[in-house]
Amino acid sequence: MSRGSAWRRPWGLALFTLAYLAWSIVPILVAIRFSFNEGRSRSTAQGWSTRWYWGDPDLSVWHDPTLYQALLQSLRLAAIAIAVAVPLGVALAVGLTRWRGRGAGTSRFVSLFPLVTPELVMGVSLFLVFTSLLTFVELGTVAQAVGHVTFSISFVVIIVRGRLLSIGKDYEEAAMDLGASPVQALRMALLPLLTPAILASAIVVFAISMDDFVISQYLSAGSGTDTVPVRIYANARGAPTPALNALASLTLAVTLALAAALFLVWRTARSRQGVRGAAVEDLAGFETS
Amino acid sequence: MRYPRWFWPAASLPGVAWLALFFVLPLYAILAIALGSVDPLLQTVRPAWNPLDWDTAAFDFVFEGLLGGGGFQKVFVRTFAYVAVALVLTLLIAYPVAYFVARHGGRWKGLLLAGLVAPFFISYLMRMLSWINLLQEDGWVNDALAWLHLVDEPINWLDGRASSVVLGLVYGYVPFMILPLYAFLDRVDPRLLEAARDLGASPAEAFRMVTLPLSVPAVLAGTVIVALPMFGDYYTPDLLSGSPNTSMIGNQVNLYIRGGQQVPVGAALVCVLMVVLLVLMLYYLVATARVARRAGQA
Repeated sequence: MSRGSAWRRPWGLALFTLAYLAWSIVPILVAIRFSFNEGRSRSTAQGWSTRWYWGDPDLSVWHDPTLYQALLQSLRLAAIAIAVAVPLGVALAVGLTRWRGRGAGTSRFVSLFPLVTPELVMGVSLFLVFTSLLTFVELGTVAQAVGHVTFSISFVVIIVRGRLLSIGKDYEEAAMDLGASPVQALRMALLPLLTPAILASAIVVFAISMDDFVISQYLSAGSGTDTVPVRIYANARGAPTPALNALASLTLAVTLALAAALFLVWRTARSRQGVRGAAVEDLAGFETS
Repeated sequence: MRYPRWFWPAASLPGVAWLALFFVLPLYAILAIALGSVDPLLQTVRPAWNPLDWDTAAFDFVFEGLLGGGGFQKVFVRTFAYVAVALVLTLLIAYPVAYFVARHGGRWKGLLLAGLVAPFFISYLMRMLSWINLLQEDGWVNDALAWLHLVDEPINWLDGRASSVVLGLVYGYVPFMILPLYAFLDRVDPRLLEAARDLGASPAEAFRMVTLPLSVPAVLAGTVIVALPMFGDYYTPDLLSGSPNTSMIGNQVNLYIRGGQQVPVGAALVCVLMVVLLVLMLYYLVATARVARRAGQA
């Protein structure tokens, strides 16, 4: 009995999946289409132009500071989140995986708790603590960066921890048997093995930082520190022009380009270690963890 | 050589200290403010850091509105209703898609997966923006409905309709449900299904008696992942409706926290929400820890 006859191709399911993908992606393409409108409508097609990107002297993304500043702020926060959360998270993951004894269980619990805490709760809690206790941290870029790092750490921990558990302790112990000090063993045996996981966590941190809305909004100090999602929220219902669509489309292009670049670096690092299989699938796995 | 005893706790210290300062302490701040007071002259909040100073006025106010049939009760019931409907729809969409890609993706699997992951790189707010474009009175949704003769007059979908809010929630969160389901269904051992077939089960029976029961934990995990942010959502109703008639718990929290004079009420609402969600959160953490332990043993 061949597999083909035993399991019929489920054409209904295939159609359903394609319909889902169309439903998921077509609205985005439509939003991008309207960003190239010649007229001011954001709901009907009105010719083609780059007016809302740079053509219009006042209202285009290039000329309206409230729009291009938002993109710069989003990128700034994502860069800080990667630079701070990845090292902190890697050290935390390595420490928590190996540390046995008093305080280890609690620390492990606390390091994963932000993953399941609704963003609204984190946003409100940081807003309240910065306005009533740690008042030396002013609302704005610093407060937002602290928020982004805080929700990013747990993602780094869970991704790096997964890799650590599959590596085991053998490599470090072998390095130390050969005369390496504990720090040398970490740096020369463990760190290279962790590189793919570290790069993968950087991709995820970048994606969730660019996507974040609630924490960026609660900790923003006004339009000067609004990120792209905050700007979209503020203008979406009232905005009179497709410049907002242009900003969103531009942000999407920048996000995809940077994520693709990180993705290629990650895939190279991964194949250099002889890991095979579809890289996309692994990334899909990380996004869910 | 061995690692000294202090080595691993020391490596964890910066991360643990960061989370203690910027995650645990702020959570306590919510409680201290919910149980604190507002300065009658300056209108600033006075948190009660010391449990001896706790004042339950804000909680009394919330519970009165919640149990006495006031506005809070309406909002809580509405939030639960929206989330419940959105969860059912999300699951009905996510399961077949995840199942198809995992079991029958074949050589298209990589491409299909890229399609499933793509929404993670498109900001949630942009995804809502595209629906605002489509659902305008002169938008393409009305054009399509008119072309199909389903409506005579264009409908303003953005003027406070529950259906638009639920559509937004489903559209926004489906990808988060699909990926955990996919990750699980992809790992189901095909030999189990072959065995079911050899024992006389039809493909439908094999699915109902093997795949479906096995996937219950993944369905629960996906449901929790999606339910948690839905309960804290305020931007989807703001963007796709904007009317107080579709206001969710998140909108109320937003109103009180930013309103100034009744910040403790907002904080108390967050506390109540946290207690309601705690079961979901702990379930997810325990389930993930179990999976991680198993991976460690393998």
